[in-house]
Amino acid sequence: MEMTTLTTLAGIVEFAVPVLFAAIGENITEKAGLINLSVNGTIILSAMGGFVVALTTSSILLGFLVGAVIGAAVAAIVAYSSITLKQSQVAIGFVLAMLCRDLAYFLGAPFTNKPGIFLSKVPIPYLVDIPIIGPIFFNHSLVVYASYLFIIIAYVYMFKTRPGLMLQGIGEKPAAAFARGANVKGLRYLYTITGGALIGLAGPMYSLAVKIGWAGQLSGLDGIGWIALAITIFGGWNPLRVAIGAYLFGGLQQLGITLQSATNIPIQILQAAPFPLMIFTLLLVNVGRADWVDRELAAMPERPRKVLSKILHALRTSPPSAIGVPFENE
Amino acid sequence: MSVELRYSRSARSLNKSAWVNVGIRLSAIILALLFTSVILLIAKANPLQAYKSILHGAFGSTIKLTSVIASWVPLVIATSGLLFTFTAGLWNIGMEGQIIMGSVFAVGAFRFLDDTSLAPALVITLAFVAGAVGGILWALLPGLMKIFGGVNEIFGGLGLNFVAKTVAIWLIFGPWKRPGVASGSGTEWIDIQYRLPYLPGTNLSLTILIIAVVIAIITAVMLKGTHFGLRLKAIGKNDKAAYILGVPTSRYFLLAFGICGFFAGIAGSILVTSKQYSLIPDAGFGYGFLGLLVAMLVNYHPIWSSVVALFFAALSIGNTELQYMGLNSYFAGVLQGFLVLFVVLVDGVRKQLVKTR
Repeated sequence: MEMTTLTTLAGIVEFAVPVLFAAIGENITEKAGLINLSVNGTIILSAMGGFVVALTTSSILLGFLVGAVIGAAVAAIVAYSSITLKQSQVAIGFVLAMLCRDLAYFLGAPFTNKPGIFLSKVPIPYLVDIPIIGPIFFNHSLVVYASYLFIIIAYVYMFKTRPGLMLQGIGEKPAAAFARGANVKGLRYLYTITGGALIGLAGPMYSLAVKIGWAGQLSGLDGIGWIALAITIFGGWNPLRVAIGAYLFGGLQQLGITLQSATNIPIQILQAAPFPLMIFTLLLVNVGRADWVDRELAAMPERPRKVLSKILHALRTSPPSAIGVPFENE
Repeated sequence: MSVELRYSRSARSLNKSAWVNVGIRLSAIILALLFTSVILLIAKANPLQAYKSILHGAFGSTIKLTSVIASWVPLVIATSGLLFTFTAGLWNIGMEGQIIMGSVFAVGAFRFLDDTSLAPALVITLAFVAGAVGGILWALLPGLMKIFGGVNEIFGGLGLNFVAKTVAIWLIFGPWKRPGVASGSGTEWIDIQYRLPYLPGTNLSLTILIIAVVIAIITAVMLKGTHFGLRLKAIGKNDKAAYILGVPTSRYFLLAFGICGFFAGIAGSILVTSKQYSLIPDAGFGYGFLGLLVAMLVNYHPIWSSVVALFFAALSIGNTELQYMGLNSYFAGVLQGFLVLFVVLVDGVRKQLVKTR
């Protein structure tokens, strides 16, 4: 394979990383029965916070830590408002999405376009020498390697362990989980805040590794959080499928960069390309549930009907059934 | 997704005096001011001086004051539209894109009718009609996707916001580019005879003020005093129950979206004819998002929303004065965000207190 093709593919793997962490963080939150709608603002604020702290302390580790803390703090507000106060989860999440973004642009102004520090590439010895696979997967910064492990850990934890089953329980049938002795509210706090910390990590992953630096509203981060939320739905609340969604998004971003150098399409148009696709994929995964689709299918001859309903069924995803519903200990 | 939008009945019965509500809003305002003051201190600015310069920036002269009112107009129209969707229990986050589409259609109408011999007043009216059509079409999309595609209106609307902005950018750089060089600063200005004149010595057109007041009144009357408003509210409270009782929920969802889009289109046309005179990439100026915050802040109350919209408009205009202190104009968003955040939180705390008493 040509060198440029390999670089492009490696770019896709890299671009997918922050949105992958954010989407799986949201996945964990939603599995527990909460929606954290603040993702877009959280990512921008933690990107700014992480960049500034890394710059002033010369510690990249501290930058990532601050990103996670910001994400956890925002999620804690969502959790308190939703679990304890039982306020609308959409309302609090939306306000925080707006507030955190403006806060980042306001406080980050003095640090705009400052040269900062960033995570360098650490090729993995031997593995990087494997033809094709090596340059694509093993010539990256540490966060990319962390993402491989993270996908597996998240999947195994969620579907193959006891606490993971409990996590599904509090999102699907909280009353039953409570009857079995689960502290539903406490666990929801725990998973919402953990998920928030993961979402917060996405910020410094951008500003310190993938899209290095802080450029205020020109950082190109506005909108990515909403995509991450859509990827969670597209992924059907399964970390493996969510990861596929994240790689598709990484592919689109990389495609934008390639197209921009090859054609003279304005960058803003390429940046918006994922959004119509987001709507389209959401239609695809949801439409199988609509009544009129059932009616149309029933009227069809047998063979195409079987094929179509199989496709729709494979695409279809359903949210955890208690999502967005406050829980009251009885 | 169950969204509790209003006070529960038990809370309301205990809530006999309006003063409790005023007290809650006041304590939320104080908390918000406290937090924004801390933020200002972090930004190494003197909070008192900052608030003073915002006041000066909003009310310091006739020009400034009328700018505030001119900014109130699209905000109150956007908020009014959103009150319809909120009442039906819908989150029309796509409002911003609907305003942009209103502007796109209005500018398109001006370009199309520019060389005809129609009277300017007629051309302006037709541009408003076009803008309204654009807003309605763009608002029906998330509605149709919700009803027929099962796509949550929040995601449909959000995606469409970005698509609308992309359409505007494509027009600006492509088919509608300025003669000579295409530029991100927008399309060519509409002819001077199509611009709504300002009252002498001000920044305000009387026409748009009248439109806004009429829309605010119509909204309050329709939501509070008609059968339609009542049905919409029933759907918002419990769409399944309303459906079983014979309210055609899908039709009402689409109606709410349509009305909201209509107002969005009018707001977009107003921005074209009285402020920007052209199509720019950010043709919605954030009024759609701000309208959502206003509606949430007043707990979806039509009359209070006009008052709070004025306050938000004053913040947004006055805020530009902060540049003389070396601060950028995202401060208004910070203060507005903290206000809504604390109103939601304090209101939640009060509900819990009422419950435990």
